[in-house]
Amino acid sequence: MNARLLLLRAGARSLLQDTGFRGGRGIGVPAAGALDGDALYLLNRLLGNASDAAAIEVALVAPKLRAEDGSTRLALGPGLSGQVSGDNPRHVNAWTAFTLHPGETVALTLDAGCPVALIGIGGEIDLPMSLRSRSTLPRAGLGPIGRRLEDGDVLPIQGSARDPGDLTFAAPPRAETGPLRAVPGPQTEWFTDAAHETFFGADYGVSVETDRMGMRLEGPRLTHSERGADIVSDGIAPGAIQVPGSGQPIVLLADAQTTGGYPKIATVIGADLSRLARLAPGDRLRFTAVSIEEAETAARARRAELDRIAEAVIPANAGRIDLRALWQVNLVGGAVDALRPDHFPHHAEPEDRP
Amino acid sequence: MELIAARPLADRAVTFELATRVGPEAAARVGAAQARLAAMLESGELPGALELSRAFCSITLHYDPLQGRQADLVARVRVALEDTAPEAREGGRLWRLPCCYEGEDLDDLAARLELTREEIVTRHAANEHQVYAIGFLPGLPFMGELPEGFSVPRRTSPRTRVPQGSVAIANGLTVIYPFESPGGWHIVGRCPVPLFETERAAPALLEAGDRVRFDPVSMKEFGRIEAALARGTIDPASFAETAR
Repeated sequence: MNARLLLLRAGARSLLQDTGFRGGRGIGVPAAGALDGDALYLLNRLLGNASDAAAIEVALVAPKLRAEDGSTRLALGPGLSGQVSGDNPRHVNAWTAFTLHPGETVALTLDAGCPVALIGIGGEIDLPMSLRSRSTLPRAGLGPIGRRLEDGDVLPIQGSARDPGDLTFAAPPRAETGPLRAVPGPQTEWFTDAAHETFFGADYGVSVETDRMGMRLEGPRLTHSERGADIVSDGIAPGAIQVPGSGQPIVLLADAQTTGGYPKIATVIGADLSRLARLAPGDRLRFTAVSIEEAETAARARRAELDRIAEAVIPANAGRIDLRALWQVNLVGGAVDALRPDHFPHHAEPEDRP
Repeated sequence: MELIAARPLADRAVTFELATRVGPEAAARVGAAQARLAAMLESGELPGALELSRAFCSITLHYDPLQGRQADLVARVRVALEDTAPEAREGGRLWRLPCCYEGEDLDDLAARLELTREEIVTRHAANEHQVYAIGFLPGLPFMGELPEGFSVPRRTSPRTRVPQGSVAIANGLTVIYPFESPGGWHIVGRCPVPLFETERAAPALLEAGDRVRFDPVSMKEFGRIEAALARGTIDPASFAETAR
């Protein structure tokens, strides 16, 4: 039987996103995809998914979900927590994978100051792909959903999930601080030396004018060289920082157009792109210059670090009595000691439990 | 051809600058380079390369830093371009797209260009437009060149809503908006043919290198074609003439 994930409440801006559209740049299709690519990768590893499986990216107000027809495995990214209803009501934290059984709901809450967060979905979502992706680009109606998720929408999921209990990472990633690394260019010569010095040194604030296309920054004005503030439009990648005539930089994000006509002073490296997703209006940031080779080394180091995190998975919500498991075990095997781990084959206990 | 510059977008992409001025010469260079790089990508000669996008004077190669290195990609591309000759491509499809020339900026343009509305329409429709690049929005074609004396800068205040299908001009170029969008170009007319449909195997109707001629149609004819396209009784692909 196939499970269905019902959005009882869709939230304010919930979008199905994966690692983004592929092969569409040449026809004007932005990358799209989850803003926090690192969290998407880790949640998919926690769920045993392919690393490019789709998740729900939420913003401002988090949704309330219900499993129907079958069980659905979900995992919460950083910034989210939830309350699960049903036989085993419990609180679930960020970086926790858990199973919603048919009829059970989870009401999610987004931390204050957290702009976007991801809900990972276990198994294969039974929706067709566009440009090798199930991402959503609302302004072009692109993707299998093609718009924000709305109250009452249903995501069909192939099969019904098993329940290996609540799981989390032994050492989830910690919030990083320090300047964002960026490679100068592509339009280095369109800026004065003073502008480069200012950009790689000054403090910038995240403006309220921030969405999935880009993040406007507020700070010291950057001056263009005699070449001016217009270029012949050229290609854009997420992380590119364009500076229009106002001198105030704009960091382009996942939904940015594929080409643009403002000079780009630098590009945030791939390893630091996910940090941009977690910045909210009012937050402060700085940039530091690195070379292309350093950026490539950082990309490999980041993937190795994510893989190390993903390999150490432990039970979550350990030490509490799992009423559902108790009920199921009693049903088949008579009375048991609920605190003896042997009786909970689907609910592994931590090594250090006394 | 000579590579003017390889411009990095950190560890995600690199832009190969092949010309400095928008026009048919740049289009010939970029077209030839794109054909060459696309073939290399297809045959696995560009390790880590994911996809290409084309602009007026440059090509951007997107790559995966876990699978390849930019220095290596740039070296391979530089060598390949050395024995790639720019060529005026005649092979692009010729499209005859209907256009209802009733755009809201025609009167304003007539005043700026010191032409009548009819002269603007006649000269725009007589021109063969070459698709230089697809960008800004999915499926949006940037086309040149406009006839002598047709160049106007963008509107000083962009519109917040330009209707889907709007045919608009600025800076010597013509675009067709595939979706409703904010936009600052001068609207001369509307084209009923959908330029981007995800259900199609090739979602974008036009591609860089194609050529476009606009056939003026009345409001009534526009409505008839639009309805037939919506019903599926006209195939958008039927607006392309067979290649010469």
